[in-house]
Amino acid sequence: MITGLERELRRADPMQPRAFTVRAVRRHTADTATLTLEAVDRVPLPFAPGQFTMIGRPGLAEVPISISGDPAEPGHLEQTVRSVGDATAALVAARPGDRLLVRGPYGTGWAVPDAVGGDLVIVAGGIGLAPLRPALLQILRRRAMYRRVVLVYGSRTPDQLLFRAQLDRWRELVDVTVTVDAATPGWRGSVGLVTGLLPAELDPGRTRALVCGPEVMMRLTAEAMMARGLGADRIEISMERDMKCGIGLCGHCQLRELFVCMDGPVLGYDRVRPLLTVRGL
Amino acid sequence: MAVPRELLAEHPLFVGLNDEVLSVTADCAVDVRAGADEIVFRTGDPADRCYLVLRGRIALDLVAEGGERLVVDTVDDGGVVGLAWLVPPYRWYLDARAVEPTSAIAVDAVRLRALWDQHPGLGYVMLRRLVAAMYERMQSARVRLLDVYGRHT
Repeated sequence: MITGLERELRRADPMQPRAFTVRAVRRHTADTATLTLEAVDRVPLPFAPGQFTMIGRPGLAEVPISISGDPAEPGHLEQTVRSVGDATAALVAARPGDRLLVRGPYGTGWAVPDAVGGDLVIVAGGIGLAPLRPALLQILRRRAMYRRVVLVYGSRTPDQLLFRAQLDRWRELVDVTVTVDAATPGWRGSVGLVTGLLPAELDPGRTRALVCGPEVMMRLTAEAMMARGLGADRIEISMERDMKCGIGLCGHCQLRELFVCMDGPVLGYDRVRPLLTVRGL
Repeated sequence: MAVPRELLAEHPLFVGLNDEVLSVTADCAVDVRAGADEIVFRTGDPADRCYLVLRGRIALDLVAEGGERLVVDTVDDGGVVGLAWLVPPYRWYLDARAVEPTSAIAVDAVRLRALWDQHPGLGYVMLRRLVAAMYERMQSARVRLLDVYGRHT
């Protein structure tokens, strides 16, 4: 049993992980799963859409993983993980009842409130849909507060799509277009890059764009939207770097003057644009 | 029967062009429709039409081993299907199939090429627009070759 004092001490120390229990595992693909976690102390973990946690199995390395759940339900932490190494493979292999250690949430979130009253273009590539999902869920809860909302989602293949059942439900409230790099038999959707499915016309003064995916894809998407008249300051992207401490101390995630763990991961394209084409950064 | 020039003006390739250009082009165009899974053209057929998609989706595919169809690209609203009509020997090198009910403008490519030959200024304007569409498609193909989603964690 955690005492109130101990809880306060843990909150005061940002490096102190909290224990969470895996409540459910939703497997999207062979290497990607969404874990639903509940804090052992039952204290919710409020977060802003776009933020991440440092998460790991006891005894293994921590990894930065974006929160993919509904910000209105902070009692259930959802994290979508793709297996790319030992630490993430151990997370993807987690089963209900397993214990995990979580620090955070850390970093900046999507400026969803700034888009109220305007149009939103949300562009996701691959697992980049996961960090955007909390923003989308928040928008869907307050759908009437926004004008046109467009989701363009690109994936490697149809069987790599995440949250497939939800995509169909989201279609009832927002314009959803899905495209893949390589079709498989029976695929009737689009084949091609997400940039080919962006709205042909944007209202530059009333549109905001949220983009998450591989850096090349984010850059091309942002540039395509700028070519349609949207200012770089109205485009946000979520950067991925080698976050370790999560609180701007270790410098592993440093991108020139930016600490991606604190200044990001969500950053205005106007701020990060000059850095994206610098070799070695 | 020629399409109304207003219909042609709706397509991004012709947006902003003057009435004269729209009229002479509309004279050599027809509106066409294809049902889901209907073949629009086949590999090896003469590329004698330029298809401008108004609504719907066309898949461009190739037949591989065992008859499997490999979709190279899809063209949606506002897109141009195929460019083989611009390049000798003017033969399609892939199949085009409507994925869903699709409406398009089909422009007689032979007459269009002749028109642009007679009016090089117009041809230049149109080729610049087509190059922009080709550039976008080439950029898309290059990035897809990188398999960026496969690398991203």
